[in-house]
This record gives sequence, structure tokens and C-alpha cells, in this order.
Amino acid sequence: MINRRSLLAALAGGFTLTPHLALAAAGTDQRLVFIILRGAMDGLAAIPAIGDARLSQLRGSLAQPPEQFGAMLKLTSDFVAHPALKGFAGLFAAGEAGVVHAIASPYRERSHFDAQNILETGGNAAYALKDGWLNRLLPLLPAAPPPVAIAATLPALLRGAAPTTSFAPSRLPDASASLKARVAALYENDALLHRLWSEAMATEMMAGANDGGAGNPQGLATSAARLLADPAGPRIAVLDLGGWDTHAGQALRLGNQLRQLDGVITTLKQGLGPAWANTLVIAATEFGRTVAANGTGGTDHGTASAALLAGGRLQGGPAAGRVLGDWPGLSRLFDDRDLMPTTSLNSLFAGAVAGLFGLDPDLVTRRVFAAAPAPPLALIRA
Amino acid sequence: MSLVAIALNRFGLGARPADAAPADPRGWLLGQISRFDPRPAVITALPDAAAMTLQYRQNLAQLRRQGVVGARRPGDPEPPKGPEAEAMANAAQRERRQAFAQAYGGQVGARLMLSLTSVTPFAERLVHFWANHFAISTDKLATATMGGPLEFEAIRPHIGGRFADMLLAVTRHPGMQFYLDQAQSIGPNSVLGEAARRRNAPRQPGLNENLAREILELHTLGAGNYTQVDVAGLARALTGWSIGGFVRRPLGVAAPDGQFVFQPNWHEPGSVTVAGRPYRQNGEAQALAILNDLALNPLTARRLALKLARHFVADAPPPALVDRMAAAYLASGGQLPALYRALIEAPEAWAAPLAKFKTPWDWLVSSLRALGRENVPPQQAIGALRELGQPVWRPGSPAGWEDDAARWAAPDALLRRVEIASRIAAPLAASIDARSLAPRILPGTLSPATAAAIARAESPAEGLALLLVAPEFLRR
Repeated sequence: MINRRSLLAALAGGFTLTPHLALAAAGTDQRLVFIILRGAMDGLAAIPAIGDARLSQLRGSLAQPPEQFGAMLKLTSDFVAHPALKGFAGLFAAGEAGVVHAIASPYRERSHFDAQNILETGGNAAYALKDGWLNRLLPLLPAAPPPVAIAATLPALLRGAAPTTSFAPSRLPDASASLKARVAALYENDALLHRLWSEAMATEMMAGANDGGAGNPQGLATSAARLLADPAGPRIAVLDLGGWDTHAGQALRLGNQLRQLDGVITTLKQGLGPAWANTLVIAATEFGRTVAANGTGGTDHGTASAALLAGGRLQGGPAAGRVLGDWPGLSRLFDDRDLMPTTSLNSLFAGAVAGLFGLDPDLVTRRVFAAAPAPPLALIRA
Repeated sequence: MSLVAIALNRFGLGARPADAAPADPRGWLLGQISRFDPRPAVITALPDAAAMTLQYRQNLAQLRRQGVVGARRPGDPEPPKGPEAEAMANAAQRERRQAFAQAYGGQVGARLMLSLTSVTPFAERLVHFWANHFAISTDKLATATMGGPLEFEAIRPHIGGRFADMLLAVTRHPGMQFYLDQAQSIGPNSVLGEAARRRNAPRQPGLNENLAREILELHTLGAGNYTQVDVAGLARALTGWSIGGFVRRPLGVAAPDGQFVFQPNWHEPGSVTVAGRPYRQNGEAQALAILNDLALNPLTARRLALKLARHFVADAPPPALVDRMAAAYLASGGQLPALYRALIEAPEAWAAPLAKFKTPWDWLVSSLRALGRENVPPQQAIGALRELGQPVWRPGSPAGWEDDAARWAAPDALLRRVEIASRIAAPLAASIDARSLAPRILPGTLSPATAAAIARAESPAEGLALLLVAPEFLRR
């Protein structure tokens, strides 16, 4: 019998099932994993500024994660990690992880679409650039098998003139939990569709098919690690993690999201084995969320967030076990509601890839981030 | 709701982003009937019914030799046995399956391509409607590759003409003849029948009422409007209507493979009565006269009007509209465009809210059109439609697919639409902004709630998927 999911996956079209298109030995042994956190991760909840009293004033009960996740994990004297980020905090203590806080793209409005497009293209206006910044980076790198997106389709980050590919594990997640939640809301005032959708969801729960999250991110991480660990495999992988748009019921949802992200990072380390020493993982989101809680136990679209870094390549460098970025404090907020951005995402990206691949940071800025240049951050030991 | 939205979505196959809004929506629809191309190149490039009949005949011969089908006749060689013969039979079966899949895929691909690119989408909708009215199902060996040919050869050329001509073309087509077992229906008192009786042949030829009954019940008068006398009469009149190269019977005239042929020696002589009228003609002219009268019967007119109004307007269309359509049809002498005109000119057809829940085919086609897709690999569409519960030309019964929300609006079916929307939206999310696409695809129908949900979506892909499963996109 034909598997329903494989059929659905095939319908997405246009992707190749084997990323081993070119088997020539790669010209570099450095690995980059980019994790796109779609939906706006709340950086203030992932990496809270424990020293800032305004946080609990503005957030109320949302400032403290639910008990089941455990206690906050200390990173530095001023910052802790959400208890769901256990693996990440361990790496941080070992000098294999870091954070850049109060970071944002040049975008200052609050549309997911536009912000993600700018995050991925490295531009300064939505849809102004047609190619992704990772694609523009490729001509500067030594020859290697094409970068791979662990997804059925290619994210804008990888699109462009240079060859790229995508790899979908045989069992891709079905419609994401986030999409299903929005469909439910969309059908609320439609008697027929509301009834049908409620029944469908109830059946799915009973069948145990509902994994409560956007598929199986750990499975995606396993695939990515396996491909990157191969000496003749690709050197760059992109993962797409959705579900961060926590307008309601944030405490539980965000905890689960962060636990998944933590699982992805530790799975990558495990799967990469010795290659972890040459790996940098960047997890970034399109914007942050409001400092104050809203009326539905969540937060709304904001501006600055935090980016998480991990990988053996951070060892001994300026980001190892550090929270970088100028902390702006919470007494003065952007538009009176959001964490003030002090570092450009393009500074992080340019500095990270230049350091990782041994490129001139200014050259990377000129060639890759010309539309929205920002001084490259030093993150990795030379 | 705007007239443009109704013309594009209710009467068409769904708006495409590149389409200009028709200035005169009614005129745009009615004009399509004369602009419609019944034999586009994508269809003429495919093997036709005759080629498919030949292939079927060869397959059948092979199956007989292998002892898979049919009773052995005296003098037939013993079918081969043993592991080697079995392996050969298996290999042959694989080949047959591949050939079927290839032919079916080509036909579905052509239908889909025409639907995605057509500049006469209302006319294409009519093709799909009539093909479903005269449904065959490709789950029978004889009709496995006949879905496309029946639609392309018997439906398309006639959507702008007389219903009687379409009825005749379908009745003569090998797809329908094989599906409802007409090709081997032989009069017991025909020349062949008499000869068989004199010879005391082991298998006496006989009537098959299958096609006659469905013509009366499904294609013309409708259930409850005919009697067994009518069925027997039409079945007798249809004896001798057959397909060349198919039936191994003596006393037949030679005819090319897959072509309609009337076999005078198989025809039951004598007059018959159908729907209260006597038919005393001899030979082929008898059933021709019956079909022509059935096409013009007021019960047929009402049934066609009701089905067409149900397809486009509402599951239970306004009776006054159905009456006007039926009257216009009869007044025109059974011209289909008269039926369409009465529909398009009716205020009821434009006033109603979004009353129709799209069938899976309509939903998938309109989704792909909304995304500007013009080319979709047939196997992907075939897989999706199987998942959505409406495999093309495979309704499983001559009644065709039901045409109401009760059939299609179901919990699991809705979940699958959301899943498929999510999959087909994902690859295009980087190049299409759902926020600006939505009002172009749903002019005047896009609700503020849907627009807001799309704008608030977590990602471009999610926004695009939400558009495709929005209440106003699932309906038309």
C-alpha cells in the first residue's frame, strides 16, 4: 500500500531525495548548521536577564517557567537559560555555546513574512533581494557538495544562483501544530467547518497521531548530522523549526518548543561525533516578542530577541560561554513595548561565517550583506 | 460578493493571479462555449480509444494464453505451468500495470494541464460535469484506460451542441460500451441468435440490459421515471451496437479495432415500446430514434437542468430556476447552450451566497491555479486526488460522483485538504505573498477574518496554506 505521508511529501514537488549530488571531497572540514526559528522566538523567555527587575514587573507570572520544567539554569551573573535548555546550558558551561542578546534584523515592523524574508535574504527591505544570504556566501567558499535544507522545500535563505539541495526524511511531519491551531481559529465562526474540524482533531488525538508539535525536529537533526558527518557530504545544513508564535498559553508552549530546540542541538552534537569540533550552529528568529505579557497568557510581536550559538568551533573564542551584545536594559523599550535592538543579525551572520570558514569579514560583508551592512562580530578564534 | 468573483470561482475553475478581471462576467462565460477548443494538441497527442481497445484486446489474449482469464475452449493449447511460466506471467502483469499507469497518467495529466491553463474555464467545468454525468469507472480491466478517451472523444466535442448528439456519442463509445457490457449484447431472435439455436450452440447469445437501464436511469429520464418494459425495449433496440475488433462472434461485419460498428445480424428484429412510444424501425435506426426522443423528453430536460443547477448554484437549487432552465432547453430543441444561457442569465445563480462546497478535483485545481501552477506532474495530482477521495474517472459506479456537500465535507477529508494545502503552498511561499494574493483570488469574497488570519500567520507558507483552506476558498 502506498504510504499517505510519502505521497503528500512527494506532492510538495521539486525536491530531490538524495543530497549526494556531488561526491567530490569537500574543500573545507568546517560545518555550519543554521536553524531558522519561524514565528518569533521570545528571547527574553529563552535567555532571561535575571538581573533586570523590570522583567518580572512587566511579565508577571509569565516571567517564571512552569514548575514542571525545573529551575532556571545559570549562564552568567546577569543571564540564565530557560530550564528546558538543559543541553544548551551544559554546552555553554563547557565553552561550546554562546548567546547574542538584544539582536534583530534591520526590520522594524511586525509582520512575520516580511521579517523572515529579511532574516533570510540579509536585505533591508522585504522581498527586495531575490536570493538568500547563505546562497550568496557560497562563491566565497571552497568547493563542497551543495548545502542542504532538511525540509521538503528550499527556504529563501538558500535560494539563489549557486546550487543547493534539500533532503526530506521519508516521514515528514504533516500539517504543523501551528497551522492546525490557526485553521481551528479560522473555522470558529463557520458552523459546518468548525464541527468537521473539531471532529477531525478529536479523531486524530484518539488515534495518537498528534505529536503535539511540528513533526519530529530531532529526526530532522539526525538527518542533518548524518549528512554533515559524511566526509564527502555537504558542509552546510539548514533546519526549519516553526511554532514560536506564542500569543496565548506561552508558558507551556514555549517550554515545549525550547525543549525541542535543545533536543535538536544535542542531537546534532551526538550525530556529528568528531566533526562537532569543527561545527558552528546558529539558531536565529525573525524578531522578538513584547516584554509585557498580553491578556491571553502570551506575548505579541516585538523587535529584538536572542540568537543561540553552539558547536565545538566556539571553543576558546570570544563567544565561548558568553552572552554577547550590548544589553540595553528594560527601562527604555523600543516603541515603548519591545526589547531595544543593539546588534544586527547581519553582524552575527557575517562574523560567524567569516570566522568559521576563515574568510575576510569585510569581504563577506561586501559580497553577502551589501544591502544592509553591519560591523562583523568576532565570535570564533582565528 | 462581486460578479467577477462569482464568474471566476463559481462558474470557472478558480481565479489565477495573472488573469484580468472580465469586464462583462456573463458575456465572458457565455462566450466561452464558442471559443472552446474541443481537440487541443495535448489531447490529440494521446493514444485514442481505438488504440486503447487494441491494447486491451492484446492484453486479454495474453491473459487467456496464460490461463488467467476465460474458460478454455476446445482446441485451445494447455496454459503453461511451473515456476518459469509463473515468472513470465508475473513479468507480463507488471508490464501491463505499467502500461495502464502510463496511459492513465497521460490522460489525467492532459485534463489537469487543460484545467490549469484554460482560457475557457467555464467550458472546461462543463466538460467535467458532463463526463461525470456519463461516468464510467476505470477500475475494470476493459475500461482501465478509457476514462480519458471517453471524455476527450465523446464529451468535449459536444458540450456546445445538442444533448442528443452527446448521448449518442457516449452510447457508441468503446468506453461506455465496455463499461456497461453493451458490445456483446445480442438479440435472441437475431440472425446470429437463430443460427446459434439451430446449431444448439453451448453458449446461446443473449441480451444485456446494463447500458439500456443506465441510459434511462442515469443519462436521461432518471430513477422512478421508467419501467422494466422501457429497459427491455431499449435493450432490444440496442442489440447490434458494438465495437470493432472486440467481440469474437460469427456473422459479424468486419470493423476496425475500437470503432463503433452496427452488426445487423446481431440485432433483435421487431418493434419495441419505450416511454410509451412505439418504435417500428429496423436496425440501427430504431435505437437512434429512441435516444433522440429520450434526449428531448421533458423528464430528461428537468433532470439535466436540476443536475446542472445543483452543480453550479446550490445543493438544492431554487425550483423556479430549474423550471426555467428545463423550459429553455426544450424550447431550443435540446440545445445545451440554451440550458447554459438560462443558468447564466438567472439572477438566482448570482445572488446566492457561497453555497457549494468544492469537490476535491475543483478544490485542487483552483488551489493550483491560485498559486499560478501550470504544470504539475500527473502522478502527484493522481496521488493527491486519491488521498482526497476523488480519483479521476474512478467513481466506482456509472452514477458518477455525488455533487453535494454531504459527500465531500467530512472531518478526515478536511484534514487532508489542510495537509495538502500545506504541502503545495510550501515550495511557493518564498515567491508568493499570500496577503496580496488573497484579494486577487477572492475579489469581494475575502472576509476580514481570513485576511487577518493570513496576515498574522507564522510564516509565508502558513499564510498561503490558510488561504487555500479558508472557508471562502473551500466553497464557491
